[in-house]
Amino acid sequence: MNGRDDDTPGQRATTAADGIGPGVESQQGVEPAHAEPSQARPDQAGRRPVEGAPVRNGPGPGGDIVLEGRGITRDYHVSGGFFGGRKTVHAVRGVDFSVARGKTLAIVGESGCGKSTLARIITLIDPPTTGTLLIEGRPVQISGGRPPRDLRSRVQIVFQNPHGSLNPRQKIGNVLMEPLELNTDLPAAERRDRARGMLEKVGLLPEHFDRYPHMFSGGQRQRIAIARALMVNPAILVLDEPVSALDLSVQAQVLNLLADLQKEFGLTYVFISHDLSVVRHIADDVMVMLRGEVVERGSRDAVFADPQHAYTRTLFAATPVTNLDAIRARVERKASRRRAMQEQVASR
Amino acid sequence: MAPILEIRNLSVSFETSTGAFHAVKGIDLSVDRGEVLAIVGESGSGKSVAMLAVMGLLPDTATVTADVMSFAGRDLKTLSDSERRAIIGREITMIFQEPMASLNPCYTVGFQIEEVLRLHLGMTGRSARTRAVELLTAVGLPEPADKLRSYPHQLSGGQCQRVMIAMAIACNPTLLIADEPTTALDVTIQKQILDLLLSLQEEHGMALILITHDMGVVAETADRVVVQYQGRKMEEASVLNLFEAPQNPYTRALLSALPENATGRRLSTVRDYMDQSAGGAS
Repeated sequence: MNGRDDDTPGQRATTAADGIGPGVESQQGVEPAHAEPSQARPDQAGRRPVEGAPVRNGPGPGGDIVLEGRGITRDYHVSGGFFGGRKTVHAVRGVDFSVARGKTLAIVGESGCGKSTLARIITLIDPPTTGTLLIEGRPVQISGGRPPRDLRSRVQIVFQNPHGSLNPRQKIGNVLMEPLELNTDLPAAERRDRARGMLEKVGLLPEHFDRYPHMFSGGQRQRIAIARALMVNPAILVLDEPVSALDLSVQAQVLNLLADLQKEFGLTYVFISHDLSVVRHIADDVMVMLRGEVVERGSRDAVFADPQHAYTRTLFAATPVTNLDAIRARVERKASRRRAMQEQVASR
Repeated sequence: MAPILEIRNLSVSFETSTGAFHAVKGIDLSVDRGEVLAIVGESGSGKSVAMLAVMGLLPDTATVTADVMSFAGRDLKTLSDSERRAIIGREITMIFQEPMASLNPCYTVGFQIEEVLRLHLGMTGRSARTRAVELLTAVGLPEPADKLRSYPHQLSGGQCQRVMIAMAIACNPTLLIADEPTTALDVTIQKQILDLLLSLQEEHGMALILITHDMGVVAETADRVVVQYQGRKMEEASVLNLFEAPQNPYTRALLSALPENATGRRLSTVRDYMDQSAGGAS
């Protein structure tokens, strides 16, 4: 898996300019489980749709690129108040990225940097204003209508707040079966079996099936949200601050669960976070965003060892550390300031 | 030197439909003048409830008992409401996690700061206005005079928290209680707010109680740390001792759950740790 992702000869290299249009290439032949063949399978040549080089300075070592964005932008039009007229907010400005199968790309940045907007684009909730999104090598264009069902189930999302993202009046079993109802034609008994099986996979019990969300703790609810996302066998999971609302010890459990699931299902993660210690733990590649632009990207080790952009360095400097030497130095600095102050008072 | 705040055997329970719920179970706590004490714990550890009990801000359904609860030599348990009002908001102040929610959306920032000055110090008109500008300058808000006319929704989360801090230090309090003051903020803003709190604390010799769940924040701010779990105090130590040689199994578990202390791809969880120590004991 460590070789650079070189151009596979004979494959069509789609560029940002020409690639817009509904799936012309087939989705990759893995996990046929219940991605049922609603779309005609195109020629066999399209089976391994490795795209052109993973753009300029694309992150780290790549096997096959599962998710790719080229020059993605997103503008929002907002009213500028009484006399302001309309203003345009450029939430995402020309972002390129690519993630290899089974890897984790962390997107880091502070609020308003466009990371959640990007998450919505990747999850096919919102279309990009310009640019191309490729899922398993297949260009996606959803501004004209809904994405095809089989494509939609390739990308799923887990939101930050597990209290807000579960319907309080829906039993957990129904929460888990709903994606199957919408995206597949599985019979009810099969849906139920899969939901029960998934509960176990995420560390919950089969008897939780008939309970309501309020009967669960925050960590358990986040497990439910993860289970729901995995019901349709996605290739890509977008995790939008999945552990920031959780306690430290619960955070550790959920991060472990995510690592286990990634291994078991070969999942590709897009992990959005502002917590650099979590990112350092879970990410393979890191992308730092500021005001809608990517200011730094690279492998986790490279970015953490030697951050290049001033903003990345600011971010690192602002992150609290629990390093003993740092604590000792701080305590000593404070003691010496205190001594200096006392001497000043005494000399007066 | 006697501690500024002393609490012994504080318990808080809430009446619920299924009987009493004990949120705080016999906690001892003291803070000296000019000291930064961090109370760290996960949700449900009773860290906020204990401090709300000190402030007298708990609802009527709460039953508070303590052997000692005194502030600067005065008994907080037997204060009348008017005596309490003279202390709370003036000598003991508190800032909360959600800066946006803590400010009244219907009034300008200036009005709300001047209200504090009027109620506690009797300042009005121009002198209150001048002092409000001074305060906003002290907390590092740009264009303080203009900001006085702003409503909370016109400010960012970090700016709102600065306004809250300005209100909290308006009367030069001896004790400031900050309940997760930076949890809702970005790391860069968190750093600014923590630096601001610490510099104000040192400048005014204020005691600061910082309630947090973030071990990183503890490491960067505290002199002394109290670790709470399920309403009980697990451990109390100087910040260096706590990180260097944690005594209590829960503290050790908490520290090993930090992503930066992970060995390999797995994080140890509190449950692993507690199981282990239980297994070792049997």
